[in-house]
Amino acid sequence: MSADVHVDAGRAEPSRGRVAGPDERRGGGADLVLDRVTKEFGAYTAVDDLSLTIPAGSFFALLGPSGCGKTTTLRMVAGLEAPTRGRVLLGGEDVTGTRAHQRPVNTVFQSYALFPHLTVLENVAFGLRRKRVANAEDRARDALELVEMGHMADRRPSQMSGGQQQRVALARAVVNNPAVLLLDEPLGALDLKLRRQMQTELKRIQLEVGQTFVHVTHDQEEAMTMADTVAVMNHGRIEQMGAPEELYELPRTAFVANFLGQSNLLAGQVQESTGEVLGVDVGGRRLWVPKDRAVTTSGAVLVGARPEKLHIFFADEGVPDDSNVVGPGRVTDVAFTGVSTQYQVEVPGLGTIGVFAQNVFGGRAIRAGDEVMLGWAVRHTFGLDGSEDASAGSEVEDEEA
Amino acid sequence: MSVVSALGHGGGTGTAAPPPSRRARGGAYLLLAPGLLYLGLFFVVPVFALLMTSLYVPVPGGDVGQFQPAFEWQNYVRSLETYWPQLVRSFSYAAIATILAFCIGYPMAYTIAVRARGRPFLQAMLLVLVIAPFFTSFILRTIAWKQILADEGFVVAALRAFSVLPPDGRLTATSVAVIAGLTYNFLPFMTLPIYANLERLDPRLIEAGADLYANGPTTFWRVTLPMSMPGVVSGTLLTFIPASGDFVNSVLLGNNSTTMIGQVIDSRFFKVSDYPTAASLSFVLMMAILVLVAAYIRRAGTEELL
Repeated sequence: MSADVHVDAGRAEPSRGRVAGPDERRGGGADLVLDRVTKEFGAYTAVDDLSLTIPAGSFFALLGPSGCGKTTTLRMVAGLEAPTRGRVLLGGEDVTGTRAHQRPVNTVFQSYALFPHLTVLENVAFGLRRKRVANAEDRARDALELVEMGHMADRRPSQMSGGQQQRVALARAVVNNPAVLLLDEPLGALDLKLRRQMQTELKRIQLEVGQTFVHVTHDQEEAMTMADTVAVMNHGRIEQMGAPEELYELPRTAFVANFLGQSNLLAGQVQESTGEVLGVDVGGRRLWVPKDRAVTTSGAVLVGARPEKLHIFFADEGVPDDSNVVGPGRVTDVAFTGVSTQYQVEVPGLGTIGVFAQNVFGGRAIRAGDEVMLGWAVRHTFGLDGSEDASAGSEVEDEEA
Repeated sequence: MSVVSALGHGGGTGTAAPPPSRRARGGAYLLLAPGLLYLGLFFVVPVFALLMTSLYVPVPGGDVGQFQPAFEWQNYVRSLETYWPQLVRSFSYAAIATILAFCIGYPMAYTIAVRARGRPFLQAMLLVLVIAPFFTSFILRTIAWKQILADEGFVVAALRAFSVLPPDGRLTATSVAVIAGLTYNFLPFMTLPIYANLERLDPRLIEAGADLYANGPTTFWRVTLPMSMPGVVSGTLLTFIPASGDFVNSVLLGNNSTTMIGQVIDSRFFKVSDYPTAASLSFVLMMAILVLVAAYIRRAGTEELL
């Protein structure tokens, strides 16, 4: 790759293309509805009775580990895979029986799948030409401007970097003004820095064209950064769906709690129910969980708290009221990461608890081996079903990487 | 395919590798040495000898087959004047056989590479069927065609029954039989390069075609076929070049009016010992093929894909 072929080469160009007319631009998308869709490959169920409504114009992310059925779901929307049972509706119309080329849906493939025998411009114009759209070439050029690849129009895909190919693949899909635009792990092959840049870029383009984007990813940060709504998938089902903050602050299953960020989950039994809180016995201590943040109000529960909500203090220091306190425990590991410090605290009877502390306060330094107490606000506590595996979803990201 | 790759490099605008160090270059030449030596001994020297022979003149008052060195370029004029119909016929037969082999070989290659994708056993079995004829001698297979197309054979009987052939019509000793033989004998050379190419074709590109509103035939026409052009070019060259020089099919399946240039060269060399004419015809054939192939590759415009 010669020096002038660089991703940033196009960033100097300020012009933005016009892809769809002003009338088509907004509401170019349509509601996508999956109605009890199941996909079986032999004895293996990839997608299990999944129902989903994605409103027009939204940026929707399907998040899950590999093998959770998210790509199969995407392919069923694209028409590249037929559901075993269930229906796919686009803008109220049942498209289950139609073929891929008949659906107003376009995909940005994981491998980009650009046609190597065509120029970049002809790649982008491909869909328009099939639909016999007038001035296909002009519109393709506009789409290339939108992704800042206008100066690459006459190149071949093989003469471009991965990031550039990614932009072209996006232009090739966006230019058709599809009812739904599907993105299958489009940033997976890019390096971290480029991925961050493209996340912002994708969001900008989605807002600009106003199309419905459905983004499949296993990267929780990517999903949370870009999407309005995230659906966390596991074993062919949706575990939980909602706005990124909502999913993060109030996970409803152990899988979501662990897959989306990290969580400390402590097994306990509900002992009392007073007013708006539940009193839970965890290893002989009493912890409090707000009722509206608990999945169940009786029996076995998992008491959860995010590591950054916890704070470490010494036994002789005071804690605010309305706090859950556990300890004493022993600090086993201290990892300084710059903006924050991560502590691992071994609490007898409860296991290891993780704490993220922002490096803003002075105070006494905490070292490995110190005996400390842990506390967090009751309103930051959530309660999950106690029959769940507390470690579900926590190992998946390692496999993925 | 040295012709193909050499031309392919000319049109390339891709990445320029840094120039290798002197030592690396020395190593490369060392690795090339056996090949270069072989080509020098068994290609360059004989071609030069052939060129010289094509300009010889008969020894005055000498015996049949006695010639002496000269620069008699009139040999070429005489050869062409006498044998141009055979030359033209050779290229026509070869071209028709190549087109037929493409029409038969492409669907075969497509079936094995694309339709049977994901079923390795079926693919292997079908490939064996394509290659199996090579287990038997070329001559034997052509003689077998003589049997198949014989006047009392079932093919002729069937064609006569359906009035495709007149009651006394026949297939052996006709140009149809020669072209059929050429097509059959060179079919694997057409099929295998196309198969090798289609086998590498990324199925996701087909999906991308469908995703971009192209139905099956359009995706084939706009994606699959253009992408498989390098295989098609290789296959047509591997069929056309040997077919134009072939004489076995014409000898065994043809008659006096189907004589191909290979047959003429053969008889000039070995039957009448007219070495200069045979040599000049060989040279003309070689040059004609070179020009046709170069024009074809240029026209196919697949340099960047090769």
